[in-house]
Amino acid sequence: MSIYLPIAELPVNLFLILGLGIAVGFISGMFGVGGGFLMTPFLILVGIPPAIAVASVPSHMAAASLSGAISYWRKRLVDIGLGLVLLSGGILGTAFGVWFVAVLLRAGQFDLVVGLSYVILLGIVGGIMLAESIRAMVRAHHGAPPIVRRPGTHAWFHGLPVKLRFRQSRIYVSAIPVTLIGFGIGFFGAIMGVGGGFLLSPALIYLMRVPTTVSVATSLFLTLCTMLIATVLHAVENHTVDIMLALVLMVGGVIGAQFGARAGQAIRAEQLRLLLGLLVVGVAIRVAVDLVARPAELFTVVATELLK
Amino acid sequence: MNFRGIGGIVWSALVLGAGFLMVAPAAAERLVTSVSTHRVLITSNFTGTDLVLFGSIEDDEARSSKSSGYDIVVTVRGPSRTFIARRKDRVLGLWVNMDSRRFIEVPSYLAVLSSRPAADLGSPELLRRLRIGLVNHTLPQQIGPDFADVVAQDPFRTAFLRVKEDEGLFHEEPQGVTFLTPTLFRTTVPMPGSAPTGTYEIETLLISTGKLIARETTAIEVVKTGFEAVVAREAREHGFAYGLATALLALATGFLATFMFRRD
Repeated sequence: MSIYLPIAELPVNLFLILGLGIAVGFISGMFGVGGGFLMTPFLILVGIPPAIAVASVPSHMAAASLSGAISYWRKRLVDIGLGLVLLSGGILGTAFGVWFVAVLLRAGQFDLVVGLSYVILLGIVGGIMLAESIRAMVRAHHGAPPIVRRPGTHAWFHGLPVKLRFRQSRIYVSAIPVTLIGFGIGFFGAIMGVGGGFLLSPALIYLMRVPTTVSVATSLFLTLCTMLIATVLHAVENHTVDIMLALVLMVGGVIGAQFGARAGQAIRAEQLRLLLGLLVVGVAIRVAVDLVARPAELFTVVATELLK
Repeated sequence: MNFRGIGGIVWSALVLGAGFLMVAPAAAERLVTSVSTHRVLITSNFTGTDLVLFGSIEDDEARSSKSSGYDIVVTVRGPSRTFIARRKDRVLGLWVNMDSRRFIEVPSYLAVLSSRPAADLGSPELLRRLRIGLVNHTLPQQIGPDFADVVAQDPFRTAFLRVKEDEGLFHEEPQGVTFLTPTLFRTTVPMPGSAPTGTYEIETLLISTGKLIARETTAIEVVKTGFEAVVAREAREHGFAYGLATALLALATGFLATFMFRRD
């Protein structure tokens, strides 16, 4: 059964898109990530123009992350103060990213920059996850106690001014690096069509020394906010949000996320991280192959109205 | 039926009239064509459609000896758009868009259907002048400050045609027009689901012994209707409200799922 997408101006198979929404929703529920890094490349693969995919996926991620965000909110795990400082940077970063997408589309280098961002960011984050989870599993196998990382070590940015105390996260840091992290997440989120949860929670855990549960809760909450903002900004700036595509994806996404969350609870944390690491590295390799292998068709044709 | 329908008929009649004026003195033959629909409506389950065109060659003097030598070329041109064609080249091991050309105001949809392969219909000059066949269609490119078409073998030009044919938006059928009787013909024009919206010009040429005998043009419209039309208009004209609506839809879907699947 086909459904016509009014903004993309082409028909797509309803069950393919719904299935994609469910599958990515399952993964995002299981690992607590937005899943945009899987969804956007897949949509482009099935023929949705990149500009429309990047603009329509954020609303799916907002819908899929809402359940988790509500549940963390009820458990009072979201650090609102930290979230707001990150968000202030995130809004700026998203706005800058949305504008940068338009510039890249006009220059014809959008695909290249998105591809390179995927390979570099996913490669690094996935690699770290893999290495870290394998170490944890080996340690568990030998019966050694898990390493409890604890503050005390001071990084260079602890000397910066405008220091704020975030009680929930039990940290006392300058607002400058926090805002910068938010800016980076918003920026790459907008151009890669991802929520940035897979970047933000490691950044909060390893750089800012925020407790794991608080960092996951806060990053999910932040994903929800930035994805809602990205949807509005893409609609205003680029007119490329396809509400039909978004609706089908989000309906699939929220269903998949519920089942994914249950599946995730049945697996040990380091195994979960290993699986996520494999998935992230897999996507990075797939995108890298596309950049390096000779494409079947060297030419692409795009209508200028899609570039504004 | 409605105002647009009447407008369409009046407009077609004017075009028809103009066609008569152009060719009437040249030959006795006239062309009469009819399309299965003048409005292709895009609804939520639109996946493309086939447009059927019937035509008749009206010959006042009934010269039966000539009737076997008729050839028909039907060209359907979608609304003009400007396209950028880009070529990837290898840079530092990566395939990167390097060179690009701008095709100015060229048809976004182009179908050429003829009763015989275009090359057999007449001289290359005739084919070029009448824009018969994809190869002979004018595809002006922006070259510096000037607009000009280039040689048929130009790599960007051939690539543009190839990409558009792969997308199903450019289409050529050398035997796509069938004669039911020596003077009655029909053809089927495939319109893919990704057919752009706008006005499509349908030009029918009657060619005999290497000369243009008669020409007839009509037009159809491809329009989004109902929900699809509203969505497209809102997205274009009220970006902020549209974005807000999409964001609220996401929140509503998420809330609904949270309460439906709630276990506590």
